[in-house]
Amino acid sequence: MHKQRRLPGCRTGAVWLGGLASWLMASMVQAGEKLHDPARGWDHLWNEVLVDITVIGIVFAIIAAYFVIRYRRTSPGQQGSATGLSAAAAVAWVVIPGFVFLADDLYIAAQGWSLWNTYRDVPADRLEVTLESGMYSWDYTYANGVRTQNELIVPAGKPVMLKMHSRDTIHSHYLPDFRVKEDSMPGRVTYLWFLPKEAGKEHLVTCTEYCGVMHSYMAGKVIVKTEAEFKTWLDQETAKLGNKAKMT
Amino acid sequence: MNIKEWIFTTDHKRVGILYLIGSIAAFVVAGIMAGLMRAELSAIGPTVTANPTTYNVWLYAHGAIMILGFQIPALTGFFANYCIPLMIGAKDVAFPRVNALSVWLFYVGVILALLTFVIPDPPDVLWTGYPPYSTITTGNTAFYTFTVLTLGFASIIGGVNFLTTVVYMRAPGITWNKLNIFVWCILGAFVMQLIFVPVLGSAVTLISFDKYLGTHFFDPANGGDVLTYQNLFWFYSHPAVYVIFLPYIGVVFEIVATFAKNHVFNYKAAVYGGVGGIVLISGEVWIHHLYVSGMPDWLRIGQMVSTLMISVPVGLLVISLVGTLYKGAISFETPMLYALGVVFLFLIGGLTGIPLAVTALTLNLSETYYVVGHFHYVMAVAGTFAIFGGVYYWFPKMTGKMYSEFWGKTGFWVTFVGVNAVFWVMMDIGVKIGLPRRYYDYAQFPEALQSQQIMSMGAAVIAVGAAITILNWIIGAIQGPKAGNNPWGSQSFEWTTVSPPPHGNWPSPPSAAESWNPYAYGKR
Ligand SMILES: [Cu+2]
Ligand SMILES: [Cu+2]
Repeated sequence: MHKQRRLPGCRTGAVWLGGLASWLMASMVQAGEKLHDPARGWDHLWNEVLVDITVIGIVFAIIAAYFVIRYRRTSPGQQGSATGLSAAAAVAWVVIPGFVFLADDLYIAAQGWSLWNTYRDVPADRLEVTLESGMYSWDYTYANGVRTQNELIVPAGKPVMLKMHSRDTIHSHYLPDFRVKEDSMPGRVTYLWFLPKEAGKEHLVTCTEYCGVMHSYMAGKVIVKTEAEFKTWLDQETAKLGNKAKMT
Repeated sequence: MNIKEWIFTTDHKRVGILYLIGSIAAFVVAGIMAGLMRAELSAIGPTVTANPTTYNVWLYAHGAIMILGFQIPALTGFFANYCIPLMIGAKDVAFPRVNALSVWLFYVGVILALLTFVIPDPPDVLWTGYPPYSTITTGNTAFYTFTVLTLGFASIIGGVNFLTTVVYMRAPGITWNKLNIFVWCILGAFVMQLIFVPVLGSAVTLISFDKYLGTHFFDPANGGDVLTYQNLFWFYSHPAVYVIFLPYIGVVFEIVATFAKNHVFNYKAAVYGGVGGIVLISGEVWIHHLYVSGMPDWLRIGQMVSTLMISVPVGLLVISLVGTLYKGAISFETPMLYALGVVFLFLIGGLTGIPLAVTALTLNLSETYYVVGHFHYVMAVAGTFAIFGGVYYWFPKMTGKMYSEFWGKTGFWVTFVGVNAVFWVMMDIGVKIGLPRRYYDYAQFPEALQSQQIMSMGAAVIAVGAAITILNWIIGAIQGPKAGNNPWGSQSFEWTTVSPPPHGNWPSPPSAAESWNPYAYGKR
């Protein structure tokens, strides 16, 4: 008797790997086309990953529970009866699970990368607003110089991009309804974007980086208006700004 | 018993027990901090204190003391000290006096941490100490710096000691491939400590330089960069998660093999693939703590892949662990309940970490209760269950006496119910409404009230379970019945000497037989 040197699964493995790669590419392209709204993409990917981890968890839990019940000690002094693994089996028990885990990792990574690109590629037809955070307020400045504090007023249906920095400690501008946050800090400009959809709605803004004693009170809101309402509001504020400029 | 003998002891077993006593005391203090926070959060608005700074000091103390004062010293101080020389058949560690120094440095560190409660301007920088806040706060950041440096130094000299001990002091016949998994895990943990602790040391030192000496390492107005600190900090502190994980999973391996009376399944895969793989990847994943901190996009994506790949070595360890149950002869004394509890908690904690590896998902999840729930499952609770299980497992070895099985099991089930009530609900509320962590008050999230109250009640249940456990140890150590030298029928080398072992461990230097293996159960 002699042990076979070559692992029988090698060629099949290569075929599988090729198939997996092309499937990954296909699913990435598909995901990229589907998602124009990061928040929706987030919910989609979260659900997918949740199914993935739930299945893995249940499989492991059932196997462990089965072993625990099936192999409980029935008489004192009883010993386990597992025999050692052959060299080939030991290698297979590394290569096969390793391959499965790695495949799952790469699948999730591909989906995650695709969604990441949605989060980071800001659509061109956007509203850009500058945010300066400080202890303890969110100060927004629109392109024409209009300023608001703790209230970000935006039109429905238009992507909003925040260019952020901080005047003191690190803060993090979190929009739970839009599934996005990014830190703002001194010395760097960071950005995020989101897509407000429904006019008449308000969304919470909250701070998620410990910034000082009043951290938990550092709240604001995003107020979504219709395109027309938003224009009226911005014109009014711009006029006020003009009047002020004339007076001084 | 002579107090002086304990203070000047260089016996690794006594040093270990000193580590155990100190870390359990730290656990109690940090647990009280958690209780105060849970009481504060049981209602919206000021509850226990009207001062958010007071809450932040509890938060700081809870995190810093649990990690640096309890888990790391219990795992790499107590278990490593007590078990390693016994497991490798050595009479002591390589440098017994350095070892004694490390335990007393640890006590100095714990006392520094406890001074938080008496100095007028306690540190309020959380366990992370991020600038610019830590350099402009009126809180005393220097205490933070010195606490971390002292505990870090204690750990480094421990690392040198244990690496030397395992390399040079194994008894004849105890070869590398016959080492206990726990020994490999401690080697892995200390290799990481030696590489990464100095990085943390420089980070926290530079903060105090900035704050007290007027340097500008982290001050962008003068050419510094706030993110440098976060990079240095997590370059250590993510591997620190594995410095806790490896020893605790090592303890669980020892318990599972002994109570299943079985070989470790695929030993070499667990050691070289699992432990080795984790040590290799541990230094390439820290960016997942900076996914929302404005790091370059390519780095955030690259470390998403490396972070996900941690699942490969971790998966190999879990397969070995669960595989050890296969065809075993399993009995369910208290240590085994804890070990199986760890498997369950780690499955939940490990798998809920996968979404957090995905950069895009973290844009929503980071800094919420989801993260806090996840890392409590995977590190805090699973690690603590392993420590409790390990203390029960080696209890008869340390004391020569037996604890009460009834109270041991009762304490386990009470704690188990409590931790799931707290941390499952915590992850749930975090993902449902995005409740941010580190909030003294959650007036913006009134819908979180009910979950907060369930968590607060769960915390009270945990306190009862932990109290039962600690009392059970104290009473067992004083008046437990005689246990015998090897009550579990373990094959591992530490059980070949008397319980408790004398100074020097064996009357004459032992050696292991050709057929010996720490997991040689059943037929071969
Ligand atoms: Cu804040
Ligand atoms: Cu980490």
